[in-house]
Amino acid sequence: MLAVVRDLIRYNKEFTIGAVLVAIIVGFSCLSFFSPVDPTLVYLVPPERPPSTEYWFGTNSRGQDLFWQATFAIRNTLAFGLLVAVLSRIISVTVGLVAGYIGGWVDRVLMSINDVVVALPIFPILVLVYFVLRADLTTLKLAIVMACFGWPFDARLIRSIAVGLRHREFTHHAVFAGMSARKIMFEEHLPYVMPIVLSTAMANMIWSIGLSVTLAVLGFTDLNIPSIGTMLYWANNHSAMVVGTWWWIAVPVVLVVVTFVGLYLLAVSLNEYIDPRSRLRRMGGAALVSATSTLVAEGGAAPVPTLGADVRGEPEGRP
Amino acid sequence: MTENVLTVTSLKAYYRMSYFGVDREVRAVDDVTLSVRKNEVYGIAGESSSGKTTLIKTFASAIRPPLKIVGGSMTYHFENGDIDPYAAPQAKVDALRWSHLSYIMQGSMSLLNPVRRVRRTFEDFAFRPMGLPRSEFWGRVESHLQRLDLSPNVLSAYPHQLSGGMRQRVTIALATVCQPEFVIADEPTTALDVVVQKDVLAMIRDVQRQMGSSVVFVTHDMSVHANIADRIGIMYAGRLVEEGPTRTLLAAPRHPYTAHLVASLPRIGDTTPKVALEGRPPNLAEPPTGCRFHPRCPLAIEKCTTDVPPLEPVGLDHRSACWRSAEVRPLTRIGHQELEVAG
Amino acid sequence: MTALLEVSHVSKHFVTGGRLSRSHIDAVVDANLSLSSDASEIFTIIGESGSGKTTLARMILGLEHPTSGDIRFEGKRNAERRTRAARRDFYRRVQPIFQNPFETFNPLKRVDRYLHASARTLFGARTASEAESVIDGALHKVGLSLREVAGRYAHELSGGQLQRVAIARALIPNPSLLIADEPVSMVDASLRMSIVTLLRDLRDEFGVSVIYITHDLATAYYISDRLVIMQKGYVVEMGPARPILDAPEHPYSRLLKDSVLSITDAGTDGLVSADRSESAAAWERVGTATLQEREDGRFVRL
Repeated sequence: MLAVVRDLIRYNKEFTIGAVLVAIIVGFSCLSFFSPVDPTLVYLVPPERPPSTEYWFGTNSRGQDLFWQATFAIRNTLAFGLLVAVLSRIISVTVGLVAGYIGGWVDRVLMSINDVVVALPIFPILVLVYFVLRADLTTLKLAIVMACFGWPFDARLIRSIAVGLRHREFTHHAVFAGMSARKIMFEEHLPYVMPIVLSTAMANMIWSIGLSVTLAVLGFTDLNIPSIGTMLYWANNHSAMVVGTWWWIAVPVVLVVVTFVGLYLLAVSLNEYIDPRSRLRRMGGAALVSATSTLVAEGGAAPVPTLGADVRGEPEGRP
Repeated sequence: MTENVLTVTSLKAYYRMSYFGVDREVRAVDDVTLSVRKNEVYGIAGESSSGKTTLIKTFASAIRPPLKIVGGSMTYHFENGDIDPYAAPQAKVDALRWSHLSYIMQGSMSLLNPVRRVRRTFEDFAFRPMGLPRSEFWGRVESHLQRLDLSPNVLSAYPHQLSGGMRQRVTIALATVCQPEFVIADEPTTALDVVVQKDVLAMIRDVQRQMGSSVVFVTHDMSVHANIADRIGIMYAGRLVEEGPTRTLLAAPRHPYTAHLVASLPRIGDTTPKVALEGRPPNLAEPPTGCRFHPRCPLAIEKCTTDVPPLEPVGLDHRSACWRSAEVRPLTRIGHQELEVAG
Repeated sequence: MTALLEVSHVSKHFVTGGRLSRSHIDAVVDANLSLSSDASEIFTIIGESGSGKTTLARMILGLEHPTSGDIRFEGKRNAERRTRAARRDFYRRVQPIFQNPFETFNPLKRVDRYLHASARTLFGARTASEAESVIDGALHKVGLSLREVAGRYAHELSGGQLQRVAIARALIPNPSLLIADEPVSMVDASLRMSIVTLLRDLRDEFGVSVIYITHDLATAYYISDRLVIMQKGYVVEMGPARPILDAPEHPYSRLLKDSVLSITDAGTDGLVSADRSESAAAWERVGTATLQEREDGRFVRL
């Protein structure tokens, strides 16, 4: 594992930059554990001071030091995004692989649920959830609710790959070797969908963080929990742009942009590393891949039905 | 001395790859010297990872990274002058395609556009290289189809309306419509059924005779080579190990690999035990030292592990790369009709 | 004689096309064959693409269900094997060997995981060491050992080695029937015969019956005891292998044999399209023709 990270840093610029950016953000958010102040308290320092050597990120109109405030905000936002991404990945991978591998009525039922979830208007439902739960809407609960909406597109993507894998000979081989469906799905097929899982996890984090910021800016969340969204809410509430306390808005925006860029670069480079084709090349299967390809393009010949292939009807021999 | 249409001298084409610090050099074609004559079918035989596909990629000047020409030279001697596709400007090489140099591929569907009628595909490929007015062009195409016993009706069909064998015949007609001097046939019959395969081979042979052009025919199937090739070159692990006239090579091979390849073929009516070659084809990223066949060779001696045997004449028109080529004996007697050996 | 496998009056139709252009394809029409469990044999199914040979094999394996007719393995129909336990019992008796050895193994996983899965779930090995000894035993039957295979990925082995591993894997539960679909068509010529002879040795030494599906008459001649020749779903000739291939009687069988290229033809300029008229005429009558028995035990559809 360490050797992999070392190789990636040495040979992949995107990974290096992404890793540095994410490391900065994570390190910054970890500072919150050593914060001398409670982020929920107000009027602890002189308000509306611009960035200076004493207050690095300035102070806001509520008398809070933005440096420590920001450490808490980015920590909570990051944790929220990660939680939604992980939860929704678990759902989408499970649904996608099961629908693709088992097929039949299981596939049809799962995909109809999938289509219903796609069609649901997420934002009004989130607002509704807020009005029902009010103060009970903790970060964890909001993450669970959003994870329940964040999986269907990716599940469909994963299903399409799993359908292709089901017809591969090695899947049939695994069946006749007595492997269970669970083992086939999560050991044989999972490596093929991992690149998708990683890249969609990134897109999912951007989506969930964006939505939570929107909710917070509009006030539909627990405003006492410091996050990127609530920072912007209070800045807006105190008319930061009008008053001229621009740093109050700039700090959360810069933080969230750096986070997104870093995560994006990490996802792209990891994607390339984990992709089965590039993995095969590293493992030495490349000679095989290139040697079997024909002059112009691979394939093209009429598919010959085999034991492993799931061919419905053999091609009729024509005169 | 017959004229050559292609001369290849010490050609080396390697795949050079680098993935996250793993550098890999695959010597797919290593030091190949051969020439293809006018009006002949030159068969290239080899198994997986023998480098035969890479070799014809270099012939077709279809080289893309990570594949690189590392050394040697390659020259076509066409009627309108000599050309080295890797030294000439790209526009000049492109002008050669289809009119002087064309291909017959394994999968016919990769050439025929599935959503367009065959007529359009002919137009796309052949109209510009031929450079004729439209009416004359179609007249030429139809007479070419007739000569190949294909009805001009195939032009108005979609590819999926044709059977596999018919599609492959259409691609052969397409590849030869401009009367090219050099045709590369890459496993054109591998995906076909036996009955159709024979028809298609007969067609390739006929069209080659009619045009007087040269065909490089690549397949792993020795019995196909026996029927269509005038001369055969045997590739093993990126090198040409033996080359000779078809009958001589099959009846009296002078390389142990060829001898095994010929002897391992089962035939109807033949129940003698077959000797399979042990071991596996070498990994071209780390080929064996010396003769690349030595780990599997029954005749290997000390010298074979260190020195690379050169491809040297062992008979009339017959070359072999083996230190002990004089001691190679055919492992099987070919058939009832005793083949007389030239030279 | 106790029957290992009985295929009686089996037909399979596929429906293709959409609602508007629906058509039926007769993949297999009225196939009858049986294998005895008393003597092991290599039973070959010969046919071109579209002959229904693979569909027949898939039905025997239970991957398809016949439209009509009955396939019984050891007296039981596949449709009766509904539970997972019943299917596993079936897999202990019948194992497939696939066409493309490079596709048979997941390229991202080590090849021995299939061996371990078979040893654990099908053979019923309880401990890791028991599983390893079972695997090693099976690999020895095909001329390999666990030491050569353990921890390897598919691309590190040759096509011939991989196909041996696949056969060894199939042998782990000690099946009585192997169904091999074109097992050598993707294997290099120099390694091909070793796989073919291996199948023969399995029959002779371990009493395993093999259904060998191929389009290659030469390897069929080399190892088969009995064979059927199929043309577009119909069995046109069936019986002892060598007499049939030496002197095929049905016009289609003759056409197939005439089309086989041989290295003995070198330089004879024998590339002439085979005569199809008789075969075509016989195909016209195929619907009304019946299988007739001959003195040497073969059946011909005339």
